[in-house]
Amino acid sequence: EPSSPSAAAMSRFVRRLAGIPWRQIAGEASSVGLLMAQGLCAVHVVSEHVLGVAFPRGPSMLPALNMAGDVLLTDKVSPRRGWVGPGDVVLLLSPEDPRKIVAKRVLGMEGDEVTYPVDAGNSDATKTVVVPQGHIWVQGDNIYSSNDSRQFGPVPYGLVKGKMSYRIWPPSRIGSIDSKE
Amino acid sequence: LADLHGTAPKPWSPASASTEPRKIARDRIVLIMGARSQLWSIAKMSVTGGVIGVTISDRYVTVVAIKGHSMHPTMTATDSALRGDIVLAEKACLDQYKFSRGDVILFKCPSNHKEVFVKRLIGLPGEWIQLPASSEIIKVPQGHCWVEGDNAARSWDSRSFGPIPLGLINGRVTHIIWPPSKIGRVERKWPEDRIPPF
Repeated sequence: EPSSPSAAAMSRFVRRLAGIPWRQIAGEASSVGLLMAQGLCAVHVVSEHVLGVAFPRGPSMLPALNMAGDVLLTDKVSPRRGWVGPGDVVLLLSPEDPRKIVAKRVLGMEGDEVTYPVDAGNSDATKTVVVPQGHIWVQGDNIYSSNDSRQFGPVPYGLVKGKMSYRIWPPSRIGSIDSKE
Repeated sequence: LADLHGTAPKPWSPASASTEPRKIARDRIVLIMGARSQLWSIAKMSVTGGVIGVTISDRYVTVVAIKGHSMHPTMTATDSALRGDIVLAEKACLDQYKFSRGDVILFKCPSNHKEVFVKRLIGLPGEWIQLPASSEIIKVPQGHCWVEGDNAARSWDSRSFGPIPLGLINGRVTHIIWPPSKIGRVERKWPEDRIPPF
C-alpha cells in the first residue's frame, strides 16, 4: 500500500506507463521507418540511374536554356550506354570543381575535329583541335558568356552525368531539348 | 476463402463429407494461390533488397574486386578463380571531394569511361609533382589530382595520362576484406622523394 501521496502518484504513473502498448508502437514505427527508407532508396535509384530533374542556372546556354527558372528532365540511361553525340545538351561535373554540375552542348566526340572561336566577341580567330580518345568537347551555346572546353579543354566522357531530354517548365517552353550542331 | 467461391465456408458436419471433390478442388486452388502469392512476395523482397543495395552501394560503401597488378603488393589480382583481392570502398568522400595525399581511390579511366582503375592519389589540386623520368616539376591543376600505382613498373597512371579531374573518382578504398591474410585498413603512403616539401 502506498504510504504517501507522492508514492501514490508515482505508482499511478508507472501503471499508466505499463499500460501504453510500447511493442505495438515500436512495431508500427519500425514498419513506417522501413517503408520510408524503401521509398527514399527507390527515389535515389530512379533519379540516379533512370530519370532525374535539373534546374540549370546561368547564361552560358542561352537561348536554349533560360538564365533561371527552367526545369528539365535528365536522361541518366544514355550517358552510361554511350548514347551521347554531338548536338546533345549534357550535364557534367566541372573539371575545375567536381562539386559543380554544369550544362553544356557536346560539339565533338573522340576523334572529331572541332573548330572553335578563340576569343568570341573580340576577334574572329578560330582554332581546330582533334578530340582525344575517351574525351568530348563541350561548349555553351552563348559563346560570349560561357566557361567551357575553350577554357578547360576537352573533358573525359566519364564526367558526363546526364543528358537533357525534356523541358517541363515554364509551360510556354515545354518540349524536348533540340539537338543541334 | 469465402471471396474465392462466393459461398460462406460450411461448418463441418457428417453431411459435408459428401462434398469431398469440391473440397479437393478448393484446396488445390488455395495451394496455387498460396504459391503465387509466395512468389510475389519473394519478388517484392528481391526488388526491395536490390533497390536498397544499389542505394547503399552508390552512396555509402561498396565492394570491389581488384583486377590488375598496378597496386602490387598492397592489393593484387591473381589468376585463380577467386579473382584476386577484394576491397571495401567508401563513397562519403564524394560529397565534398576532400581527399588526402596517399589515399587509394577508384576512378574512371580518362580515355575509357567504362573501365575503373584503382590507384594511389599522390598529388592534390595545387600541389607540385616531380615527374620521375625528367626532373620536371608540374603543378596539379584545380579540380584535378595526380594518381600513381604502387607497382610503378606495371602501372598505367598519371605518368602517362596526366592529372585526372576529381569528378572521375568513384570512391576511396579503406579496407581489404579478402584474402584473410591481408584483411585490414589500407594505410596512406606516398613516394617521399617526388613531392617537394613545404
